[in-house]
Amino acid sequence: MANKTAANEHHGFPWKHLIGFVLSIVLTLFALWIALETDLSLTWILIIIFGFAFLQAALQLLMFMHVTENSTKSNLTSRVQIGNILFAAFVAIVIVIGSVWVMTAGHAKHDKDQHAPKTENHENHGSHGGGSEHDSGEHGSHE
Amino acid sequence: MAHAETHDPNTPLEYRSEIGRLNILGFWIFLGAEIALFATLFATYMVLTHRIADGPALGELFEVKSLLIQTFLLLTSSFTCGLAVHEMRRHNVKGLITWMAVTLGLGLGFLYFEIQEFLHFIHEGANIGTSAAWSGFFVLVGTHGAHVTFGIFWVTMVLIQVAKRGLTPATSAKVFITSLYWHFLDVVWIFIFTAVYLMGMVTHHG
Repeated sequence: MANKTAANEHHGFPWKHLIGFVLSIVLTLFALWIALETDLSLTWILIIIFGFAFLQAALQLLMFMHVTENSTKSNLTSRVQIGNILFAAFVAIVIVIGSVWVMTAGHAKHDKDQHAPKTENHENHGSHGGGSEHDSGEHGSHE
Repeated sequence: MAHAETHDPNTPLEYRSEIGRLNILGFWIFLGAEIALFATLFATYMVLTHRIADGPALGELFEVKSLLIQTFLLLTSSFTCGLAVHEMRRHNVKGLITWMAVTLGLGLGFLYFEIQEFLHFIHEGANIGTSAAWSGFFVLVGTHGAHVTFGIFWVTMVLIQVAKRGLTPATSAKVFITSLYWHFLDVVWIFIFTAVYLMGMVTHHG
């Protein structure tokens, strides 16, 4: 093979792929740990795990998908690729955040009414559903 | 424009033909449209996620073990897919086919566990018609699963072409494009992992 010029990244050991893979596993486990094992507030958990998700998406694009790669001597195609993906990401974020915003803001009052505690028909057997920790009855038993 | 093209010997095979370059660029633009498609499904899911009617809450049925198995299978398949393209660029057809076959195996494993999980949910009384939240869940995650299924058939057929015709500018561009598709599925899964499973489990337990 006649490629003494420019130690091309596609020859030799695929370090870039291995590093990308290890980082993706680490980010996944770390996000899981943040979400399920820490006592951070819900807001912080969401900020951190979504930060990790975008980081990992960037990792895939750069390490595996070669998004910055340009096919010809001009940089035009790679700029079109990157611009297109960034624009699509922008559209995606607007769609998701915009929808959630619009749909929750309008229903906020309705939800409040709906989730108001029901006073009637209060029975006293603790259903082990696990969801209702709002009942402040169970403070007696320390084990 | 009219000059005959001269290539750096390091130019990967898939970029050596005009059609190959255009198809790869076109596929990036298609991926932009796919991002918009999945964004609408994510938006639908996130708006409906607490509309559980009389059915179970989403986070109630999610299991960490099943989630981790699926995630690791897909992350690893993205890695082996990257190795396949790496081998292709070294003109190692055998390495390309081997790593792509491993990728397909991992993809099938992912599908197996995803289907098991869906059956488990249905068994627990949460199917696509149970509530708006579960409809959003099955449509979003199911669309991703359908993409994986399609990807498995597509990669298989491209591999058959490579085996028959060898590595040419045409076949290598096809392999490269399928690899972009496969990595993209992994990117979508990362967001399903975060927005559906982690969020569901956090809001349920916390």
